[in-house]
Amino acid sequence: MNEELKEIYQQVILDHNKSPRNFRKIDPSTHSSEGLNPLCGDHVFIYLDIQDGVIADISFDGNGCAISKSSASIMTAELKGKTVEEAEIIFNQFHDMVTGKLTDEEEIENLGKLSVFQGVRDFPVRVKCASLAWHTMHAALHSETVVTTE
Amino acid sequence: MTEEINGAAYSHFDPELFRKDFPVLHQNIHGKPLVYLDNAATTQKPQVVIDTIAEYYKGYNSNIHRGVHQLSQKATDEYEKARVKIQKFLNAPKSREIVLLRGTTEAINLVASSYGRKFIKSGDEIIISEMEHHSNIVPWQMLCEQTGAVLKVIPMNDLGELMMDEYKKLLTEKTKIVSVVHASNTLGTENPVEEITRLAHTVGAKVLIDGAQAVQHFKVDVQAIGCDFYAFSGHKLYGPTGIGVLWGREELLEVMPPYQGGGDMILSVTFDKTVYNEIPYKFEAGTPNIADTIALGTAIDYIESIGIDQISTYESELYLYAEETILPIDEVTLIGCAEKKGSVFSFKLKDVHPHDVGTIMDMEGVAIRTGHMCTQPVMKHFGVPALSRISIGLYNTKADIDRAAEGIKKVLEVFA
Repeated sequence: MNEELKEIYQQVILDHNKSPRNFRKIDPSTHSSEGLNPLCGDHVFIYLDIQDGVIADISFDGNGCAISKSSASIMTAELKGKTVEEAEIIFNQFHDMVTGKLTDEEEIENLGKLSVFQGVRDFPVRVKCASLAWHTMHAALHSETVVTTE
Repeated sequence: MTEEINGAAYSHFDPELFRKDFPVLHQNIHGKPLVYLDNAATTQKPQVVIDTIAEYYKGYNSNIHRGVHQLSQKATDEYEKARVKIQKFLNAPKSREIVLLRGTTEAINLVASSYGRKFIKSGDEIIISEMEHHSNIVPWQMLCEQTGAVLKVIPMNDLGELMMDEYKKLLTEKTKIVSVVHASNTLGTENPVEEITRLAHTVGAKVLIDGAQAVQHFKVDVQAIGCDFYAFSGHKLYGPTGIGVLWGREELLEVMPPYQGGGDMILSVTFDKTVYNEIPYKFEAGTPNIADTIALGTAIDYIESIGIDQISTYESELYLYAEETILPIDEVTLIGCAEKKGSVFSFKLKDVHPHDVGTIMDMEGVAIRTGHMCTQPVMKHFGVPALSRISIGLYNTKADIDRAAEGIKKVLEVFA
C-alpha cells in the first residue's frame, strides 16, 4: 500500500469500520439529528443523552463509507463524558484538522485518537465523509433535525 | 492490433490509434498512467473537438442569426451545419426538428414544461420507469404537482429489465406521456424502445426517449424507434459540455408554446403582441452555445469516421472481457444483468462502501464512478446505498480492464 493510502486507511479506522462502537439507538434521547451526504449516500443518525450539560451517552446508526462510519464511531467514544462546551471545542479542532487549517503537530497530537483522521486532508472529496457525524452531532446539540454536507 | 477471436469488424478497430486523439488520457494520476473508466459520466474529448472550439474563438467568433457581417455569416453557417449533422446522425426527418439546448436534462425539462403545460390536465397519467435517471423523474414530478397529473412507474426485475407486462397494464386512455431511458446509466440495460413506443401509441400517448447513454454506443434512428421526442447530451458523445439536443416531431414542436422568452425566439415584438419565431428557433431564446454546437458537429464527424457500428461491436467485446476478468473475483457482485445490456459494469464489492473503492482505485490511477449515479430508485431496488461503476468508451482497452481488476484487488487487500 502506498503511503497516502496507508495514512487514510489506518488500522484504527479499518477496525472501527468493521466493529463500530456505540452503534445503536438511544431511545429516548434528549438530542438527535440526521445527517445526509447526498453525493455519496452516507446517512447517519446521532443520538445524545445530555444530563446537566454533560454528554452522559452518545450513539449513532445509519450507513456510510469506512471513513464516515469510523469517524462516527471514534467520535462517540471520545465525546462520552465530555461537557457540551468541550464537545463544541473538539468539533472545531477536528474540523480544522481535516480541512487542513490545523497544522500544529502538538495540537493535533492533543486530539488523541481523533488524529488518525489527519490524513483525510490530502483527500478533499473525503473531508465530508470524515466530518458528517460531527456536523450531525453539532446540529443535534442545536436542535436541527436534518443536516447535509452537500 | 488484431483480435482473432472477435471477427472482422473488431480486427479493424484499433483503440490504441484512437487513444492518441485524446490528450487527457496521456497523464499520470498519483504516479500511475490514467485509466479512465467513467465514460457514462462524461467522455473525454478528441483533439479535433478541442481544436474546433479554439478555431471558432480565434477565427470567427460572432453572434449568429443577427449580423450582416462576414464573421456572423460564417458562425451562422457553421452553427446550422452542425444542426444538419445532428439531424442526419439521428436520422431525423428535418433539421428544423433539432432543438439545441444545454443537455438532456434541459431537453426533458423543455418537453415537460412546454408540452406539459399546454396538454397535460388533472387526472392525466405520465409513465416513467424504475431505472430512470433523476433528470427523467423530477421534471415529470414537477409537472404532476403543477397540473394534478399522476406519475406511474414501470417496475423492473432483478436482472434490471423493465417488466413489459406490467407496463402494458399501466397503459390506459389516461396515459398522455411515456418517458423512458434508452440505455440505463447504472445498469447498462438497453430498453426495447420500439416496443415501448408502439404500445404507448396504441393509447395515443406521446413518447420521449432519453438517449443520454445510447447515442455514443450504438446507432440510433428516431424514425425506426417511432418515438415523438428524443434527447441526448453532447458531452457523453465525445463532444463538449453544455450542449445537448432535443429532437421532436415537427407537428408537436409547432403546437408547443415557447420554453423561455428572449431574443432569437421572436419574429416581432411590440408591447401589445409578440410573434414567435418558427421552430426550432422558438425554443432557442438568447445567444446559444455557438462554439460547443459546432464542436458537437465535429464530435459526430469523429464518431462517424470510426463508425458507430464498429464502436458498438468493440465496446460489447470489451464489456464481455470485463465480465470475464472481474466477475471471477469472489467478492464482486454485478448489478444489472439484463440480457441486452451495454458497456456499463456496476458492482458491489462485499461490504466495502463504494466511496472507499473509488478512493483506493483512484490511488491506483483508475477513475471510476461511485455513488448513487443519480438513480436512487435503482439503489433502493437493489438494497444498496451506492454502487461502483466501470463504464467503457471507444478508447478503452483490455489493459484498462486489467488495471481495474488489479485496483479492485487492491481494495480487497486494504479491507482484508
